[in-house]
Amino acid sequence: MSVIAPKFKLSEFIKSLLDNAFWAVLILSLIGIPAVFIVLFFIEMPVINGEILTPFLALTWIADPSRTLPIVKAFMATDIFRVMVFPGFGFAALLAAGTIFIERKMLAKLQLRVGPFYCGKFEGILQLMGDGLKLISKEIIIPAKADKPIFWAAPVLFVAAAAAFVALIPVAPGWVVADVDLGLLGVFAVIGFFPIITILSAWSANSKFPFIGGIRALFQMVSFEIPLILSLLGVVMLTGSLNLSEIAASQSSFPWIVFLPIGAIVFFITMLAELERIPFDLPEAESEIVAGWLTELSGMMYGLVQLGTYLKLYAFAALFVVLFLGGWNGPMVVPPFPAEILTEGIVMGPITAHIPGLPLFTQEMLNGTLWFVLKTVAVIFFILLPRGVFPRIRVDMLLNLGWTKLIGLAFVNIFIALGLLYAGVLGPGGLQ
Amino acid sequence: MTGELPPGLALQKVDERIMTLNVGPQHPGSGHMRIIVQIDGDYIVACDPDPGYVHRGEEKMAEYRNYITNIPHLERPVIHDSCNVLYPYVLGVEELVGIEVPERAKYVRVIASELNRCIYTMYWLAIYGIFLGHSTMFMWPAGDRELLIDLMEKMTGARVTHAHFVPGGVRNDLPPNFEDVCLRQVNYFEKRIKEYSAVFYDNPILIARTKDTGILSREDAIRLGTTGSVLRASGVDYDLRKKEPYDVYEELDVHTNVMKEGDSYARSKVPWLDMMESCNIIRQALQKMPKSGSVRTKLKPNPKGKGLDSVYKRVESGRGSLGCYIVSDGKTEPYRLKMSVGSFRNLIALPYLLKGEKLGNMPSVYWSLNYWPVEADR
Repeated sequence: MSVIAPKFKLSEFIKSLLDNAFWAVLILSLIGIPAVFIVLFFIEMPVINGEILTPFLALTWIADPSRTLPIVKAFMATDIFRVMVFPGFGFAALLAAGTIFIERKMLAKLQLRVGPFYCGKFEGILQLMGDGLKLISKEIIIPAKADKPIFWAAPVLFVAAAAAFVALIPVAPGWVVADVDLGLLGVFAVIGFFPIITILSAWSANSKFPFIGGIRALFQMVSFEIPLILSLLGVVMLTGSLNLSEIAASQSSFPWIVFLPIGAIVFFITMLAELERIPFDLPEAESEIVAGWLTELSGMMYGLVQLGTYLKLYAFAALFVVLFLGGWNGPMVVPPFPAEILTEGIVMGPITAHIPGLPLFTQEMLNGTLWFVLKTVAVIFFILLPRGVFPRIRVDMLLNLGWTKLIGLAFVNIFIALGLLYAGVLGPGGLQ
Repeated sequence: MTGELPPGLALQKVDERIMTLNVGPQHPGSGHMRIIVQIDGDYIVACDPDPGYVHRGEEKMAEYRNYITNIPHLERPVIHDSCNVLYPYVLGVEELVGIEVPERAKYVRVIASELNRCIYTMYWLAIYGIFLGHSTMFMWPAGDRELLIDLMEKMTGARVTHAHFVPGGVRNDLPPNFEDVCLRQVNYFEKRIKEYSAVFYDNPILIARTKDTGILSREDAIRLGTTGSVLRASGVDYDLRKKEPYDVYEELDVHTNVMKEGDSYARSKVPWLDMMESCNIIRQALQKMPKSGSVRTKLKPNPKGKGLDSVYKRVESGRGSLGCYIVSDGKTEPYRLKMSVGSFRNLIALPYLLKGEKLGNMPSVYWSLNYWPVEADR
């Protein structure tokens, strides 16, 4: 039927597989194994369970999965795992990728379309990968008059700042990359970086539309940072702590949104503005200023900014969950780990495997992560929803909203928090 | 340098506060044209629309083709509104050649032109939505437009460029059972566009953004020569379907929608109200149309005008009054053909409306003028 795709022949398919396997084995045995041995010769071997880790020991782990678990567990206790994989970058990037998929499909359903459909066989689930490959393969064009070092650095700084924001978010009890006592202050500090990076990128591009977009972004972020900080003061007053883990732990019986609904609403609106989501997407208003401060970014530079934007979206949603929705707190739904596996082992056909380090995560941690993810996804849904409902607002309306209405409401929220404290409803001797 | 230079070559004094933006021709918010905007901070100081990027010489081309072969290319200026663009030309040629149109053909023409008006307005509305950053309002009209495009495809055989109107009637009769299908689709279409008010026209952010922006007063609207929905949004009850009824419009009950405000919101709402009126007209025409009969008076091959003669006909298109002036010198080709389009007349108001506005209002004011760049350039 198709001219491009050749006819499928089983014999040729098998032959191609064998060819590939032949080359893989050849390259691995000629280059890979000597390289691994040379590297291992120079580094000091770690000691796992009283045995020195040698390549031969590593090969035995392939044969016996129960011997792999201790090193996995040892790796999970390291900081690099926290930064790269679980509460840090990898987890956040996974949720951000899920967010993009949900955004596309949800918006498509709202607008009576299908959305991404073909890429990845099932409902276009690999569309994001395709987009990423496209961005990587594209040429990066730098404007001739741009201030090149700053222009190059800005997207990287943007992702770095977003990742720093992610690092402050506690996901489950004890699972946070940077457990800082002044965590909330750290969040404000990181948020304060974004306008600087934006204006640096926009100004260094030396082009008109990015410049206007950058100025708009600066206006928007600076004027919404004040209601953002003020709206969170109520929570700080009630908990008496700036540590995000403590704030999350303090909501074991009531989430703060019950007592501070106005603060939560103000924070949600400022969050939309800080994230440049519709209806506050003025810095990227395409019918006025092309793509705003992103106009001159191309290829993977644009991709990096998009990655940073979605990491930031996840981080803000997670911050909302931690501050107002009770973080990881929730009813215990994860079943306890069956202890018989440790004592009696798992029957795998003819053999019974005793796996010493099997419960990789505790029950509390799994339950906390589950509730955290559910709440975060719900908040992200409400962040995405206005995109299908509202048009973009104008700069003067935005500033008017930020400087008068939201700041006023934030003060009302502070007074509510003060009233609750002095009336003794909350705080020492109160409900919580 | 002395001050001896002619005024066009002398260097202008430039205020350092003022930045000149070239919005277009390669800009997501411009269409096939350029708007040179000078801004002071967020305020537009001066605006200079620069159309002409899609000039295709339709009028000159018409002088080299005979009256029948002119039909397919004269509808190209607005392919979404192709029946209405062709309408004045066809009416003019009928008068030049001197032929009568059957009664049924007149009704078919009215139905086709009203369907086309809706198709065009939906496309325009979709772009108005995306200009305001409302992506749902881009997708909904673009999808609901398909209902009427399907109808036009059944009627004419083509989805967009129909070339359906010919001097002497329409090219083909309606397909069997068309009346029922048309009535059903149009009723559903009307139900759909009524839902737009909830998501778009009653949206508080939209109202706050477009109310009281780009106000065109009644006097200015008349003085600048705007037509169509722009004129009606400024409070002038002027609709050619009512003022100079052509074909069978005088037998139909045509209601014009007039709004007093003259701002972007009114200009965006009047075409939407007009679409509902179009649905009413289609329903009336379907009811009053003769159920059978010829739809086309046969022309002689290569029709000629009767000596030195000229004719000017105009109709109400989706963008206002659309006139066609044909001069004949007795040959098979027109001696001169001139189209007078509503788009260009409405564009004249743009510099006056944008002066002193904020940059954020530029897309909404620009597109609310019901302007189609390709038609203005012809």
